[in-house]
Amino acid sequence: MTPVPTALNAPLAELAGKPRFSVRDLDFYYGDFQALTGITIDVRENSVTAFIGPSGCGKSTFLRCLNRMNDLIPGTRIEGTITLDGADIYGPGVDPVDLRRRVGMIFQQPNPFPMSIYDNVAFGPRLHGVTKKAELDEIVEKALVRANLWKEVKDIMGRGGLTLSGGQQQRLCIARVLAVQPDVLLMDEPCSAIDPTSVQKVEDLMAELKSTVTIIIVTHNMQQAARVSDETAFFLQERQGEPAELIEFGRTAEIFTSPHDRRTEDYITGRFG
Amino acid sequence: MGKRWINRIAVGILWACGLMTVVALGAVILYVFVRGIGQITPEFIFTKPHGVNAEGGIGPTIVATIYVTGLSMLIVTPVAVLAAVYLAEYAVQGRLVNAIRFAADTLASVPSIVMGLFGFAFFVEAMGLGFSVLSGALALSFLMLPIVMRATEEAIRAVPKYIRWGSYGLGASKWQTVSRIVLPAALPRILTGIILAMGRAVGETAVVIFTMGQAIYMPILPTDPGRSMTVHLYTLAMEGINIEAAYGTALLLMIMVLFFNLTARWLAARNRRLQG
Amino acid sequence: MTEPLEPRIVPPDAPGPGTPGASVPGRIGGALKMMSRATYIKEAALKNLFLACAIAAVAGVALIFVFTAARGWTVVEDPGLAAFLGGTEWSATLGRFGILPLVTGTFAVTIGALLLGAPLAVGTAIFLSEIASPRMRAIVRPAVEMLAGVPSVVFGFFGLVIVRPFVAEITGGMGFGTLSASLILAIMIVPTIATLTEDALRSVVPGIREASYAMGATTWQTIYKVLLPAAKIGIIDAIILGMGRAIGETMAVVMVAGNAPQFFKGLGAPIATITSQIVIDMSYASGTHRTALFGLAIILFLISMGLVALVRALSRLNARRS
Repeated sequence: MTPVPTALNAPLAELAGKPRFSVRDLDFYYGDFQALTGITIDVRENSVTAFIGPSGCGKSTFLRCLNRMNDLIPGTRIEGTITLDGADIYGPGVDPVDLRRRVGMIFQQPNPFPMSIYDNVAFGPRLHGVTKKAELDEIVEKALVRANLWKEVKDIMGRGGLTLSGGQQQRLCIARVLAVQPDVLLMDEPCSAIDPTSVQKVEDLMAELKSTVTIIIVTHNMQQAARVSDETAFFLQERQGEPAELIEFGRTAEIFTSPHDRRTEDYITGRFG
Repeated sequence: MGKRWINRIAVGILWACGLMTVVALGAVILYVFVRGIGQITPEFIFTKPHGVNAEGGIGPTIVATIYVTGLSMLIVTPVAVLAAVYLAEYAVQGRLVNAIRFAADTLASVPSIVMGLFGFAFFVEAMGLGFSVLSGALALSFLMLPIVMRATEEAIRAVPKYIRWGSYGLGASKWQTVSRIVLPAALPRILTGIILAMGRAVGETAVVIFTMGQAIYMPILPTDPGRSMTVHLYTLAMEGINIEAAYGTALLLMIMVLFFNLTARWLAARNRRLQG
Repeated sequence: MTEPLEPRIVPPDAPGPGTPGASVPGRIGGALKMMSRATYIKEAALKNLFLACAIAAVAGVALIFVFTAARGWTVVEDPGLAAFLGGTEWSATLGRFGILPLVTGTFAVTIGALLLGAPLAVGTAIFLSEIASPRMRAIVRPAVEMLAGVPSVVFGFFGLVIVRPFVAEITGGMGFGTLSASLILAIMIVPTIATLTEDALRSVVPGIREASYAMGATTWQTIYKVLLPAAKIGIIDAIILGMGRAIGETMAVVMVAGNAPQFFKGLGAPIATITSQIVIDMSYASGTHRTALFGLAIILFLISMGLVALVRALSRLNARRS
């Protein structure tokens, strides 16, 4: 059964724009185990790119390479290059901390800090030196508006972030990241742990955000990928224990209606995964 | 005998073990309470002992106990917490970490009499601090260090990984994550560990007798000597002259220790409830 | 302390350390920020500060050992290692400092404490882990923990006013001696052994119990044939640590043991341990006497370190097996 992507019915927007992330021949190792091999891809600015593929095949691992979150796991290393706006993010002397401010991440499990809603969103700006209350108030409000959450929480800003529902918590996490004005937003299965209404809200805000932020979303929900993304990349691990590869990458409409690779077609049509 | 009979007898014995332990605790507490409660008057708590028979109260000893315990916690907490931060956040498995853990374990197992002798030779004599609250506090700090270190390390490890990742994902440095997210989240457990350590410090005798001394004196400055409640109880018991005062001292001591233990327990339960 | 807000716009040709040509000309926020020297130094300094604190533990132990050893070192000369370690008489007035009576004293009360306390503690632990209902557990486990918090001097006092007269009834004599000390020490080491034993029992895979019950075994059979062997190493560790506690205990022993440095003469005869002798003598000791006391302290230190090493080695053995 072929899913009917809405992108098919929408006018095919011209996908212009310089590439934001350029990845060339990326190999990734957890110690001796190679998890990714030969990944080469260009992610365009101000677009939504979806990473799809069977679970466990390394999409999240690759995503974490893009903001060097894998540095936090001992024993990992990469070969190949990843450049952001032309600059090698693994270059010597590069500050991974600043990189992570510019390339924000939303995790599968919503993880608000154990503090008030306001403090959650203000955490990032405070980290970077913003202390004046008026300034913070403005940043917090703007971020919550962009995350589609402002109306629901504007009267309860003092309440703990953990008292919100799952979907609200996830949007809170999005607001939190938006408050530091990232250039890129990496989303690792952001909707898999939240209720359907919130999923809708998150997808809506992705559509609004992409005009200013480049979004990459890992998802195992193909319909969602088809709904929200401009371009889609399909990853696959051929056999257990082997590194995952990027099988195909292209405009979402094409991937879902006429994929070039047989394996992509098998996955899309539900023959496995 | 059939296996059912053996089982019944064995289980009965095990029940007896459990109950005997409770009875032992009950006996100690009850006896001290019953014999000591008559002694607890405001006069007892606030006045100082005088005369050959230590008539009067034990006020200075209460102050000395609280003073030396508080000061030692003040000294040991920063060192122990930061050491635990290192072990939990920065250290890589290896020989150095093993050495540190072995040292902490050894430190925790040093008999308090040895710590007392060391405290005497090092703080009182070599460093010239004399018998003083400060000497006592420093010696107690050595004793408390492994306890607070372990409690803090466990508290830090209990903070979930994905909360830290949320912080790193916003462009926080390691220290910012530790100081703004991890430590505040671990604080309730750390506090519990500190309070438990304080309960332990209050009950110490061998360490303070050789470092703070035995002088009946109301300590004001850290350089003043003093006699802790435990040392006072020991002295009264060994001399055998004023057993009533001994009971009173023992009861107050138990109340103090119980206060710390129950507070720690309450904190831990409250924390468990809040975190869900 | 706040760092100045770093400007997002980096001059296009700002050289980063060691990364020639890393910036893309003209793009706002294009160049990746290099880690500034200040940040690097600060993060490194913080890490080293924490490391220093952690090393404080190591330094502390070393300091204690070195200092105590330094103060006690001269026993090797005077009275001499042989006379010290092998001497059968400890008498300050005669200037003889042989530790054997004290060592046997420590040995006697420790064995006594273990014989009385270990079974009680292990039994309590088994009770808590396998038999007690949640309600009983809510009573007994806090009791064990609170027992651990009772100061040793209170135990000693309790021993003095309750246990000693009782022992005096049984043995004749004053009641100061090995039996009284063992009784009190036994109660004192119960919490140590019981909590560790309970931990060991809990860490046994639950499935093992179910398998045993499914084969028709009674509770006791399961405990005796399956659980105890499985938790063996943990229980041994617990007992070793309880032993360490008994060896190092001072105040309670001083108050009930009688403090006569002589060889074991019966359960009701006064006796002295290494620890009790130190406390009793320290207030007036000087010269050789004092160095002898420090020598005793070194011995205690070595014993406790040895026990810790033993427990660690056993745990490693256990880990390797499973």
